Amino acid sequence: MYSEKSFVQSVEKVSDEIFLVKVFSPAIACIVKPGQFCNIKVSENNLPLLRRPFSVSDVDDNFICFLFNVHGEGTNILSKKKNGDVLEILGPLGNGFSYKDDFQTAILVAGGLGMAPFPILTKNITGEKEIITLVGGRSKNQIVTAGLINISVATEDGSMGYKGTVLELLQEKINKTDKKKFKIFSCGPNPMLKALQKLSNENNYDCEMSVEGAMACGFGICQGCPIESANGESYLLVCKDGPVFNSKAVKL
Amino acid sequence: MSKVDLSVNFCGMHLKNPVLLASGTIGYGNEIAQFTDINNLGGIVTKSLSLKPRKGNPPPRIIETSSGMLNAIGLANVGVEAFIKDKIPFLKELNTTIFCNIAASTIDEYVECVHILTSEDTINAFEINVSCPNVKEGGLEFGNDLQTVGRITEKIRSVTKKPIIIKLSPNVSRISAFAKVVKEEGGNAVSAINTLVGTSFDINTRRPKLYNITGGLSGPAIKPIALAKVLEIKRTVDIPIIGIGGIMNWRDAVEMMIVGASAFQIGTVNFINPNAGAEIVEGLISYCEKKSISKVSELTGSYQI
Repeated sequence: MYSEKSFVQSVEKVSDEIFLVKVFSPAIACIVKPGQFCNIKVSENNLPLLRRPFSVSDVDDNFICFLFNVHGEGTNILSKKKNGDVLEILGPLGNGFSYKDDFQTAILVAGGLGMAPFPILTKNITGEKEIITLVGGRSKNQIVTAGLINISVATEDGSMGYKGTVLELLQEKINKTDKKKFKIFSCGPNPMLKALQKLSNENNYDCEMSVEGAMACGFGICQGCPIESANGESYLLVCKDGPVFNSKAVKL
Repeated sequence: MSKVDLSVNFCGMHLKNPVLLASGTIGYGNEIAQFTDINNLGGIVTKSLSLKPRKGNPPPRIIETSSGMLNAIGLANVGVEAFIKDKIPFLKELNTTIFCNIAASTIDEYVECVHILTSEDTINAFEINVSCPNVKEGGLEFGNDLQTVGRITEKIRSVTKKPIIIKLSPNVSRISAFAKVVKEEGGNAVSAINTLVGTSFDINTRRPKLYNITGGLSGPAIKPIALAKVLEIKRTVDIPIIGIGGIMNWRDAVEMMIVGASAFQIGTVNFINPNAGAEIVEGLISYCEKKSISKVSELTGSYQI
Protein backbone atom coordinates (compact mmCIF):
# COMPACT_ATOMS: atom_id res chain seq x y z
CA MET A 1 0.00 0.00 0.00
CA TYR A 2 1.28 3.41 -0.92
CA SER A 3 0.37 7.03 -0.53
CA GLU A 4 1.55 8.32 -3.86
CA LYS A 5 1.64 11.81 -5.34
CA SER A 6 0.47 11.08 -8.85
CA PHE A 7 0.49 13.24 -11.96
CA VAL A 8 -2.65 13.39 -14.04
CA GLN A 9 -1.97 12.30 -17.60
CA SER A 10 -5.44 12.95 -19.00
CA VAL A 11 -9.11 13.29 -18.16
CA GLU A 12 -11.30 12.07 -20.96
CA LYS A 13 -15.07 12.27 -21.31
CA VAL A 14 -16.26 8.77 -22.17
CA SER A 15 -19.98 9.56 -22.34
CA ASP A 16 -22.37 12.31 -21.26
CA GLU A 17 -21.88 11.57 -17.61
CA ILE A 18 -18.79 9.40 -17.42
CA PHE A 19 -15.13 10.38 -17.27
CA LEU A 20 -11.87 8.44 -17.42
CA VAL A 21 -8.87 9.79 -15.52
CA LYS A 22 -5.43 8.38 -16.22
CA VAL A 23 -2.65 9.05 -13.72
CA PHE A 24 1.07 8.30 -13.50
CA SER A 25 1.26 6.18 -10.38
CA PRO A 26 4.05 3.59 -10.83
CA ALA A 27 4.18 2.20 -7.29
CA ILE A 28 0.47 1.43 -7.22
CA ALA A 29 0.36 0.35 -10.87
CA CYS A 30 2.81 -2.48 -10.37
CA ILE A 31 0.98 -4.15 -7.48
CA VAL A 32 -2.73 -3.41 -7.97
CA LYS A 33 -5.02 -6.39 -8.48
CA PRO A 34 -8.39 -6.49 -10.25
CA GLY A 35 -11.16 -5.33 -7.91
CA GLN A 36 -8.96 -3.22 -5.65
CA PHE A 37 -9.55 0.49 -5.24
CA CYS A 38 -7.74 3.71 -4.40
CA ASN A 39 -8.75 6.59 -2.17
CA ILE A 40 -8.05 9.87 -3.90
CA LYS A 41 -7.65 13.37 -2.48
CA VAL A 42 -8.92 15.58 -5.28
CA SER A 43 -7.95 18.91 -3.73
CA GLU A 44 -5.15 20.25 -1.57
CA ASN A 45 -7.52 22.12 0.74
CA ASN A 46 -10.47 21.12 2.90
CA LEU A 47 -13.00 21.38 0.09
CA PRO A 48 -13.77 18.57 -0.03
CA LEU A 49 -12.15 17.34 3.14
CA LEU A 50 -12.17 13.59 2.59
CA ARG A 51 -10.69 11.39 -0.08
CA ARG A 52 -12.96 9.73 -2.63
CA PRO A 53 -12.80 5.96 -3.29
CA PHE A 54 -12.59 4.72 -6.89
CA SER A 55 -12.14 1.23 -8.33
CA VAL A 56 -9.02 0.83 -10.38
CA SER A 57 -10.37 0.35 -13.86
CA ASP A 58 -7.26 -0.40 -15.81
CA VAL A 59 -3.47 -0.42 -15.66
CA ASP A 60 -1.23 0.63 -18.52
CA ASP A 61 2.43 0.26 -17.65
CA ASN A 62 3.07 2.95 -14.99
CA PHE A 63 -0.38 4.47 -15.35
CA ILE A 64 -3.62 3.63 -13.60
CA CYS A 65 -7.11 4.55 -14.78
CA PHE A 66 -10.31 5.33 -12.94
CA LEU A 67 -13.79 5.66 -14.41
CA PHE A 68 -16.24 7.92 -12.60
CA ASN A 69 -19.37 9.93 -13.06
CA VAL A 70 -19.92 13.40 -11.66
CA HIS A 71 -22.33 13.28 -8.78
CA GLY A 72 -20.89 15.70 -6.24
CA GLU A 73 -18.24 18.30 -5.55
CA GLY A 74 -15.35 15.80 -5.37
CA THR A 75 -16.04 14.16 -8.71
CA ASN A 76 -16.77 17.56 -10.25
CA ILE A 77 -13.29 18.76 -9.26
CA LEU A 78 -11.75 15.51 -10.50
CA SER A 79 -13.46 15.89 -13.88
CA LYS A 80 -11.72 19.26 -14.36
CA LYS A 81 -8.16 18.07 -13.69
CA LYS A 82 -5.60 18.77 -16.38
CA ASN A 83 -2.43 17.09 -17.56
CA GLY A 84 0.27 17.67 -14.93
CA ASP A 85 -2.08 18.25 -11.98
CA VAL A 86 -1.24 16.26 -8.88
CA LEU A 87 -3.55 13.85 -7.07
CA GLU A 88 -2.72 12.29 -3.72
CA ILE A 89 -3.59 8.61 -4.17
CA LEU A 90 -3.74 6.00 -1.43
CA GLY A 91 -3.74 2.45 -2.66
CA PRO A 92 -4.17 -0.18 -3.71
CA LEU A 93 -6.81 -0.84 -1.06
CA GLY A 94 -9.10 -3.74 -0.23
CA ASN A 95 -9.33 -7.25 -1.58
CA GLY A 96 -9.81 -7.86 -5.26
CA PHE A 97 -11.59 -10.61 -7.19
CA SER A 98 -10.50 -14.23 -6.76
CA TYR A 99 -10.11 -14.94 -10.43
CA LYS A 100 -7.61 -17.74 -10.18
CA ASP A 101 -10.12 -20.24 -8.78
CA ASP A 102 -11.15 -23.41 -10.53
CA PHE A 103 -13.64 -22.34 -13.20
CA GLN A 104 -13.76 -22.32 -16.99
CA THR A 105 -15.89 -19.29 -17.81
CA ALA A 106 -15.94 -15.90 -16.14
CA ILE A 107 -19.28 -14.15 -16.43
CA LEU A 108 -18.80 -10.45 -15.73
CA VAL A 109 -22.06 -8.75 -14.75
CA ALA A 110 -22.06 -4.96 -14.62
CA GLY A 111 -24.75 -2.41 -13.89
CA GLY A 112 -23.92 0.96 -15.47
CA LEU A 113 -20.62 2.27 -14.18
CA GLY A 114 -20.28 -0.99 -12.27
CA MET A 115 -18.20 -2.08 -15.25
CA ALA A 116 -15.37 0.11 -13.84
CA PRO A 117 -13.23 -2.71 -12.38
CA PHE A 118 -13.73 -5.07 -15.35
CA PRO A 119 -11.16 -3.87 -17.91
CA ILE A 120 -8.30 -4.77 -15.54
CA LEU A 121 -10.03 -8.03 -14.63
CA THR A 122 -10.52 -8.84 -18.31
CA LYS A 123 -6.81 -8.28 -18.99
CA ASN A 124 -5.87 -10.65 -16.21
CA ILE A 125 -8.24 -13.43 -17.24
CA THR A 126 -7.82 -13.22 -21.02
CA GLY A 127 -5.98 -16.24 -22.34
CA GLU A 128 -6.64 -18.22 -19.17
CA LYS A 129 -10.43 -18.55 -19.23
CA GLU A 130 -13.38 -17.80 -21.40
CA ILE A 131 -15.06 -14.44 -20.65
CA ILE A 132 -18.70 -13.47 -21.12
CA THR A 133 -19.43 -9.83 -20.31
CA LEU A 134 -22.92 -8.54 -19.59
CA VAL A 135 -23.46 -4.82 -19.17
CA GLY A 136 -26.81 -3.37 -18.19
CA GLY A 137 -28.33 0.04 -17.66
CA ARG A 138 -31.57 1.95 -17.89
CA SER A 139 -30.75 3.23 -21.36
CA LYS A 140 -27.88 3.28 -23.85
CA ASN A 141 -26.25 6.47 -22.51
CA GLN A 142 -25.42 4.58 -19.31
CA ILE A 143 -23.57 1.85 -21.14
CA VAL A 144 -19.77 1.90 -21.20
CA THR A 145 -17.93 -1.07 -22.69
CA ALA A 146 -14.39 0.21 -23.25
CA GLY A 147 -11.78 -2.38 -22.34
CA LEU A 148 -14.29 -5.23 -22.25
CA ILE A 149 -14.62 -8.23 -24.55
CA ASN A 150 -17.37 -10.61 -25.68
CA ILE A 151 -20.02 -8.11 -24.57
CA SER A 152 -23.79 -8.36 -24.46
CA VAL A 153 -25.76 -5.29 -23.48
CA ALA A 154 -29.15 -5.07 -21.77
CA THR A 155 -31.12 -1.85 -21.45
CA GLU A 156 -34.39 -1.51 -19.62
CA ASP A 157 -35.79 0.84 -22.26
CA GLY A 158 -34.53 -1.32 -25.10
CA SER A 159 -32.43 1.50 -26.58
CA MET A 160 -29.46 -0.84 -26.91
CA GLY A 161 -29.12 -4.61 -27.03
CA TYR A 162 -31.44 -6.90 -25.10
CA LYS A 163 -34.56 -5.19 -23.73
CA GLY A 164 -34.73 -5.94 -20.03
CA THR A 165 -32.49 -6.12 -17.00
CA VAL A 166 -28.96 -7.43 -17.02
CA LEU A 167 -30.12 -10.19 -14.67
CA GLU A 168 -32.72 -11.41 -17.14
CA LEU A 169 -29.96 -11.45 -19.72
CA LEU A 170 -27.71 -13.35 -17.32
CA GLN A 171 -30.38 -15.95 -16.70
CA GLU A 172 -30.78 -16.42 -20.42
CA LYS A 173 -27.03 -16.82 -20.93
CA ILE A 174 -26.75 -19.32 -18.09
CA ASN A 175 -29.65 -21.35 -19.46
CA LYS A 176 -27.88 -21.52 -22.80
CA THR A 177 -24.46 -22.53 -21.48
CA ASP A 178 -23.77 -26.21 -21.22
CA LYS A 179 -22.59 -27.56 -17.91
CA LYS A 180 -19.25 -25.78 -17.97
CA LYS A 181 -18.06 -24.43 -14.66
CA PHE A 182 -18.58 -20.69 -14.49
CA LYS A 183 -18.00 -17.98 -11.94
CA ILE A 184 -19.87 -14.69 -11.77
CA PHE A 185 -18.02 -11.43 -11.07
CA SER A 186 -20.31 -8.51 -10.49
CA CYS A 187 -20.38 -4.83 -9.70
CA GLY A 188 -23.19 -2.31 -9.86
CA PRO A 189 -25.97 -0.58 -7.96
CA ASN A 190 -27.18 -2.21 -4.77
CA PRO A 191 -30.64 -3.27 -6.03
CA MET A 192 -28.96 -5.12 -8.92
CA LEU A 193 -26.46 -6.80 -6.61
CA LYS A 194 -29.24 -7.79 -4.21
CA ALA A 195 -31.20 -9.46 -6.99
CA LEU A 196 -28.06 -11.15 -8.27
CA GLN A 197 -27.17 -12.34 -4.79
CA LYS A 198 -30.60 -13.92 -4.41
CA LEU A 199 -30.35 -15.60 -7.81
CA SER A 200 -26.83 -16.87 -7.17
CA ASN A 201 -27.41 -18.13 -3.67
CA GLU A 202 -30.65 -19.91 -4.62
CA ASN A 203 -28.95 -21.66 -7.52
CA ASN A 204 -25.65 -22.13 -5.75
CA TYR A 205 -23.72 -20.16 -8.37
CA ASP A 206 -20.21 -19.11 -7.47
CA CYS A 207 -20.56 -15.32 -7.36
CA GLU A 208 -18.40 -12.43 -6.24
CA MET A 209 -19.76 -8.94 -5.84
CA SER A 210 -17.87 -5.68 -5.58
CA VAL A 211 -19.91 -3.42 -3.31
CA GLU A 212 -19.85 0.29 -2.51
CA GLY A 213 -19.96 2.07 0.82
CA ALA A 214 -19.45 5.62 2.00
CA MET A 215 -16.08 5.70 3.74
CA ALA A 216 -13.50 8.14 4.99
CA CYS A 217 -10.13 6.40 5.28
CA GLY A 218 -10.33 3.37 2.98
CA PHE A 219 -8.14 1.11 5.09
CA GLY A 220 -10.08 0.17 8.19
CA ILE A 221 -9.52 2.89 10.78
CA CYS A 222 -12.63 5.07 10.46
CA GLN A 223 -15.10 2.15 10.67
CA GLY A 224 -17.41 4.15 8.46
CA CYS A 225 -18.30 1.48 5.88
CA PRO A 226 -19.86 -1.48 7.70
CA ILE A 227 -21.62 -4.29 5.86
CA GLU A 228 -23.43 -6.97 7.80
CA SER A 229 -22.06 -10.49 7.70
CA ALA A 230 -24.41 -13.14 6.31
CA ASN A 231 -25.17 -14.53 9.78
CA GLY A 232 -25.94 -11.02 11.04
CA GLU A 233 -23.60 -11.39 13.98
CA SER A 234 -21.04 -8.81 13.03
CA TYR A 235 -20.16 -6.01 10.69
CA LEU A 236 -17.42 -6.40 8.12
CA LEU A 237 -15.83 -3.34 6.54
CA VAL A 238 -16.33 -2.67 2.83
CA CYS A 239 -12.85 -1.09 2.59
CA LYS A 240 -10.77 -3.71 4.35
CA ASP A 241 -12.77 -6.94 4.20
CA GLY A 242 -14.12 -6.08 0.73
CA PRO A 243 -14.93 -4.35 -1.49
CA VAL A 244 -15.26 -7.75 -3.17
CA PHE A 245 -17.32 -10.28 -1.23
CA ASN A 246 -18.61 -13.72 -2.02
CA SER A 247 -22.39 -13.48 -2.45
CA LYS A 248 -22.82 -15.86 0.48
CA ALA A 249 -20.69 -13.80 2.90
CA VAL A 250 -22.71 -10.64 3.42
CA LYS A 251 -26.19 -9.16 3.71
CA LEU A 252 -26.83 -6.40 1.24
CA MET B 1 19.48 15.57 15.26
CA SER B 2 17.43 18.58 16.15
CA LYS B 3 18.32 20.56 19.23
CA VAL B 4 14.67 21.15 20.00
CA ASP B 5 13.41 19.12 22.95
CA LEU B 6 10.04 17.83 21.81
CA SER B 7 9.43 15.66 24.83
CA VAL B 8 6.58 16.38 27.18
CA ASN B 9 6.19 15.32 30.76
CA PHE B 10 2.52 14.51 31.00
CA CYS B 11 0.99 13.20 34.23
CA GLY B 12 4.36 11.73 35.15
CA MET B 13 4.75 10.02 31.78
CA HIS B 14 7.52 10.86 29.37
CA LEU B 15 6.00 11.51 25.94
CA LYS B 16 8.49 11.65 23.03
CA ASN B 17 6.51 14.55 21.66
CA PRO B 18 3.05 16.04 22.14
CA VAL B 19 1.55 14.33 19.07
CA LEU B 20 -1.03 11.69 19.95
CA LEU B 21 -3.39 9.81 17.66
CA ALA B 22 -6.99 10.17 18.80
CA SER B 23 -9.25 7.37 19.90
CA GLY B 24 -11.60 6.02 17.27
CA THR B 25 -9.43 7.22 14.42
CA ILE B 26 -6.75 4.56 14.40
CA GLY B 27 -8.46 1.43 15.69
CA TYR B 28 -5.87 -0.40 17.76
CA GLY B 29 -2.94 0.93 15.77
CA ASN B 30 -2.23 -1.95 13.40
CA GLU B 31 -3.89 -0.57 10.24
CA ILE B 32 -2.29 2.86 10.33
CA ALA B 33 1.11 1.28 11.03
CA GLN B 34 1.21 0.38 7.31
CA PHE B 35 1.48 4.06 6.44
CA THR B 36 3.36 5.68 9.31
CA ASP B 37 5.83 4.81 12.05
CA ILE B 38 3.79 5.11 15.21
CA ASN B 39 6.97 4.86 17.27
CA ASN B 40 7.94 8.37 16.21
CA LEU B 41 4.82 9.80 17.83
CA GLY B 42 4.13 10.76 21.42
CA GLY B 43 1.45 8.15 21.82
CA ILE B 44 -1.75 6.57 20.60
CA VAL B 45 -5.18 6.39 22.14
CA THR B 46 -6.89 3.12 21.31
CA LYS B 47 -10.47 2.81 20.08
CA SER B 48 -13.06 3.10 22.87
CA LEU B 49 -13.42 -0.21 24.67
CA SER B 50 -16.48 -1.45 26.47
CA LEU B 51 -16.66 -4.52 28.68
CA LYS B 52 -18.43 -6.60 26.04
CA PRO B 53 -17.99 -6.27 22.27
CA ARG B 54 -20.24 -3.77 20.51
CA LYS B 55 -21.37 -4.23 16.95
CA GLY B 56 -21.84 -0.50 16.35
CA ASN B 57 -24.49 1.32 14.35
CA PRO B 58 -25.79 0.22 10.94
CA PRO B 59 -24.70 2.32 7.96
CA PRO B 60 -24.61 5.10 6.93
CA ARG B 61 -22.17 5.96 9.70
CA ILE B 62 -20.22 8.79 8.09
CA ILE B 63 -21.23 11.91 6.19
CA GLU B 64 -18.96 14.65 4.99
CA THR B 65 -19.94 18.24 5.82
CA SER B 66 -18.33 21.60 5.09
CA SER B 67 -14.73 21.25 6.29
CA GLY B 68 -15.76 18.44 8.56
CA MET B 69 -17.47 15.12 8.92
CA LEU B 70 -20.23 13.62 11.01
CA ASN B 71 -19.73 10.14 12.38
CA ALA B 72 -22.04 7.83 14.24
CA ILE B 73 -20.02 4.64 14.54
CA GLY B 74 -21.71 3.70 17.80
CA LEU B 75 -18.59 2.58 19.65
CA ALA B 76 -18.08 -0.56 17.60
CA ASN B 77 -15.33 -2.38 19.46
CA VAL B 78 -13.97 -5.81 20.29
CA GLY B 79 -14.58 -5.69 24.04
CA VAL B 80 -12.06 -5.97 26.87
CA GLU B 81 -11.42 -9.71 26.61
CA ALA B 82 -10.58 -9.73 22.89
CA PHE B 83 -8.57 -6.54 23.33
CA ILE B 84 -6.29 -8.25 25.83
CA LYS B 85 -5.99 -11.40 23.76
CA ASP B 86 -5.77 -10.01 20.21
CA LYS B 87 -4.74 -6.36 20.38
CA ILE B 88 -2.32 -6.07 23.30
CA PRO B 89 0.30 -8.28 21.58
CA PHE B 90 0.62 -5.72 18.76
CA LEU B 91 0.56 -2.74 21.11
CA LYS B 92 3.15 -4.37 23.36
CA GLU B 93 5.75 -4.20 20.58
CA LEU B 94 5.31 -0.47 20.09
CA ASN B 95 7.77 1.94 21.55
CA THR B 96 5.32 4.72 22.31
CA THR B 97 2.89 5.66 25.05
CA ILE B 98 -0.39 3.75 24.97
CA PHE B 99 -3.54 5.43 26.23
CA CYS B 100 -6.44 3.02 26.55
CA ASN B 101 -9.81 4.67 25.97
CA ILE B 102 -12.80 3.26 27.85
CA ALA B 103 -16.46 3.85 27.10
CA ALA B 104 -19.26 2.30 29.08
CA SER B 105 -22.98 2.40 29.71
CA THR B 106 -22.87 2.36 33.47
CA ILE B 107 -20.47 3.60 36.15
CA ASP B 108 -19.88 0.01 37.24
CA GLU B 109 -18.89 -0.94 33.71
CA TYR B 110 -16.27 1.83 33.57
CA VAL B 111 -14.85 0.66 36.87
CA GLU B 112 -14.80 -2.98 35.83
CA CYS B 113 -13.05 -2.25 32.53
CA VAL B 114 -10.31 -0.24 34.23
CA HIS B 115 -10.03 -2.76 37.03
CA ILE B 116 -9.37 -5.56 34.54
CA LEU B 117 -7.05 -3.56 32.30
CA THR B 118 -4.94 -1.74 34.86
CA SER B 119 -2.72 -4.79 35.37
CA GLU B 120 -1.73 -4.75 31.68
CA ASP B 121 1.77 -3.27 31.59
CA THR B 122 1.30 -2.23 27.97
CA ILE B 123 -1.32 0.33 28.97
CA ASN B 124 0.29 3.50 30.28
CA ALA B 125 -2.81 5.56 30.97
CA PHE B 126 -6.59 5.54 30.69
CA GLU B 127 -8.63 8.02 28.75
CA ILE B 128 -12.23 7.85 29.90
CA ASN B 129 -14.84 8.62 27.28
CA VAL B 130 -17.78 10.15 29.13
CA SER B 131 -18.87 12.01 26.06
CA CYS B 132 -19.57 9.81 23.05
CA PRO B 133 -22.61 11.34 21.37
CA ASN B 134 -23.56 8.23 19.41
CA VAL B 135 -24.79 5.66 21.87
CA LYS B 136 -28.23 5.72 23.32
CA GLU B 137 -27.51 4.82 26.90
CA GLY B 138 -24.86 6.57 28.99
CA GLY B 139 -22.38 8.45 26.87
CA LEU B 140 -23.61 11.94 26.39
CA GLU B 141 -25.76 11.88 29.48
CA PHE B 142 -22.70 11.11 31.61
CA GLY B 143 -20.72 13.84 29.95
CA ASN B 144 -23.49 16.35 30.60
CA ASP B 145 -23.83 15.75 34.28
CA LEU B 146 -21.24 17.22 36.64
CA GLN B 147 -22.02 14.90 39.50
CA THR B 148 -21.80 11.79 37.34
CA VAL B 149 -18.49 12.81 35.80
CA GLY B 150 -17.22 13.36 39.35
CA ARG B 151 -18.42 9.95 40.47
CA ILE B 152 -16.94 8.16 37.47
CA THR B 153 -13.57 9.84 38.11
CA GLU B 154 -13.66 9.04 41.81
CA LYS B 155 -14.62 5.38 41.29
CA ILE B 156 -12.03 4.78 38.60
CA ARG B 157 -9.41 6.48 40.76
CA SER B 158 -10.02 3.85 43.40
CA VAL B 159 -9.08 0.96 41.05
CA THR B 160 -6.00 2.28 39.24
CA LYS B 161 -2.79 4.12 39.98
CA LYS B 162 -2.24 4.87 36.32
CA PRO B 163 -3.01 8.34 34.97
CA ILE B 164 -6.71 8.99 34.36
CA ILE B 165 -7.64 11.44 31.64
CA ILE B 166 -11.30 12.30 31.31
CA LYS B 167 -12.39 13.12 27.76
CA LEU B 168 -14.84 15.97 28.04
CA SER B 169 -17.90 16.80 25.99
CA PRO B 170 -18.10 20.20 24.30
CA ASN B 171 -21.89 19.87 24.33
CA VAL B 172 -22.12 21.66 27.71
CA SER B 173 -22.34 25.30 28.69
CA ARG B 174 -19.29 25.46 31.02
CA ILE B 175 -16.64 22.87 30.17
CA SER B 176 -14.29 24.25 32.83
CA ALA B 177 -16.73 23.21 35.55
CA PHE B 178 -16.25 19.60 34.41
CA ALA B 179 -12.47 19.96 34.38
CA LYS B 180 -12.67 21.27 37.95
CA VAL B 181 -14.69 18.25 39.11
CA VAL B 182 -12.23 15.88 37.42
CA LYS B 183 -9.37 17.50 39.29
CA GLU B 184 -11.21 17.44 42.62
CA GLU B 185 -12.04 13.75 42.27
CA GLY B 186 -8.49 12.70 41.55
CA GLY B 187 -8.36 12.72 37.74
CA ASN B 188 -4.93 13.57 36.35
CA ALA B 189 -5.90 15.42 33.18
CA VAL B 190 -8.65 16.16 30.71
CA SER B 191 -8.96 15.70 26.96
CA ALA B 192 -10.94 18.40 25.21
CA ILE B 193 -12.92 18.19 23.08
CA ASN B 194 -14.92 15.22 21.95
CA THR B 195 -17.10 15.74 18.87
CA LEU B 196 -20.04 18.14 18.71
CA VAL B 197 -23.53 16.81 18.09
CA GLY B 198 -24.69 17.54 14.57
CA THR B 199 -26.91 16.21 11.85
CA SER B 200 -27.49 16.39 8.11
CA PHE B 201 -30.62 15.77 6.04
CA ASP B 202 -31.24 14.87 2.42
CA ILE B 203 -33.41 17.63 0.95
CA ASN B 204 -34.97 15.30 -1.61
CA THR B 205 -36.01 12.46 0.66
CA ARG B 206 -36.18 14.67 3.81
CA ARG B 207 -34.51 11.84 5.64
CA PRO B 208 -31.43 12.03 7.87
CA LYS B 209 -28.20 11.10 6.12
CA LEU B 210 -26.98 9.13 9.14
CA TYR B 211 -28.77 6.01 10.34
CA ASN B 212 -28.35 7.30 13.90
CA ILE B 213 -29.91 10.65 12.82
CA THR B 214 -27.29 12.63 14.74
CA GLY B 215 -23.54 12.18 14.79
CA GLY B 216 -20.38 13.74 16.12
CA LEU B 217 -18.92 16.60 14.12
CA SER B 218 -15.14 16.60 13.74
CA GLY B 219 -12.51 18.07 11.45
CA PRO B 220 -11.27 21.59 10.78
CA ALA B 221 -14.81 22.94 11.15
CA ILE B 222 -14.62 22.48 14.93
CA LYS B 223 -11.12 23.82 15.58
CA PRO B 224 -12.18 27.30 16.75
CA ILE B 225 -14.57 25.73 19.26
CA ALA B 226 -11.91 23.33 20.52
CA LEU B 227 -9.45 26.19 20.96
CA ALA B 228 -12.00 28.22 22.92
CA LYS B 229 -12.84 25.27 25.19
CA VAL B 230 -9.18 24.49 25.88
CA LEU B 231 -8.52 28.14 26.62
CA GLU B 232 -11.50 28.28 28.98
CA ILE B 233 -10.19 25.30 30.93
CA LYS B 234 -6.63 26.62 30.95
CA ARG B 235 -7.69 29.98 32.36
CA THR B 236 -9.93 28.48 35.04
CA VAL B 237 -8.51 25.18 36.29
CA ASP B 238 -4.96 24.05 36.99
CA ILE B 239 -5.06 20.67 35.22
CA PRO B 240 -3.08 19.31 32.24
CA ILE B 241 -5.05 19.35 28.99
CA ILE B 242 -4.84 17.23 25.88
CA GLY B 243 -6.18 19.44 23.10
CA ILE B 244 -8.33 17.80 20.42
CA GLY B 245 -10.42 19.19 17.62
CA GLY B 246 -9.72 19.88 13.98
CA ILE B 247 -5.93 19.78 14.04
CA MET B 248 -4.83 19.20 10.45
CA ASN B 249 -1.22 20.41 10.47
CA TRP B 250 1.60 21.74 12.66
CA ARG B 251 0.20 25.29 12.64
CA ASP B 252 -3.06 24.07 14.15
CA ALA B 253 -1.04 22.07 16.67
CA VAL B 254 1.03 25.08 17.74
CA GLU B 255 -2.18 27.11 18.12
CA MET B 256 -3.67 24.38 20.30
CA MET B 257 -0.60 24.36 22.55
CA ILE B 258 -0.56 28.14 22.83
CA VAL B 259 -4.14 28.18 24.18
CA GLY B 260 -3.22 25.64 26.84
CA ALA B 261 -2.71 22.08 25.59
CA SER B 262 0.25 20.13 27.00
CA ALA B 263 -0.22 17.51 24.30
CA PHE B 264 -2.74 17.16 21.51
CA GLN B 265 -4.53 14.50 19.53
CA ILE B 266 -5.10 14.33 15.82
CA GLY B 267 -8.14 12.44 14.58
CA THR B 268 -10.00 13.17 11.37
CA VAL B 269 -6.77 14.05 9.54
CA ASN B 270 -5.58 10.44 9.98
CA PHE B 271 -8.34 9.37 7.59
CA ILE B 272 -7.05 11.76 4.94
CA ASN B 273 -3.32 11.64 5.55
CA PRO B 274 -2.23 8.67 7.66
CA ASN B 275 1.26 10.17 7.91
CA ALA B 276 0.00 13.50 9.30
CA GLY B 277 1.39 12.83 12.78
CA ALA B 278 4.95 12.46 11.51
CA GLU B 279 4.58 15.59 9.38
CA ILE B 280 3.34 17.55 12.38
CA VAL B 281 6.39 16.43 14.38
CA GLU B 282 8.65 17.79 11.61
CA GLY B 283 6.66 21.03 11.47
CA LEU B 284 6.94 21.51 15.22
CA ILE B 285 10.71 21.12 15.06
CA SER B 286 11.14 23.76 12.38
CA TYR B 287 8.72 26.13 14.08
CA CYS B 288 10.61 25.84 17.35
CA GLU B 289 13.95 26.29 15.61
CA LYS B 290 12.75 29.41 13.83
CA LYS B 291 11.33 30.85 17.03
CA SER B 292 14.37 29.81 19.12
CA ILE B 293 12.21 27.67 21.37
CA SER B 294 14.34 25.01 23.05
CA LYS B 295 11.53 22.97 24.62
CA VAL B 296 8.20 22.49 22.86
CA SER B 297 6.47 22.39 26.24
CA GLU B 298 7.21 26.11 26.58
CA LEU B 299 4.38 26.64 24.12
CA THR B 300 1.73 25.29 26.48
CA GLY B 301 -0.49 28.12 27.65
CA SER B 302 1.91 30.72 26.27
CA TYR B 303 -0.92 32.90 24.98
CA GLN B 304 -0.57 36.66 25.25
CA ILE B 305 -3.92 38.13 26.16
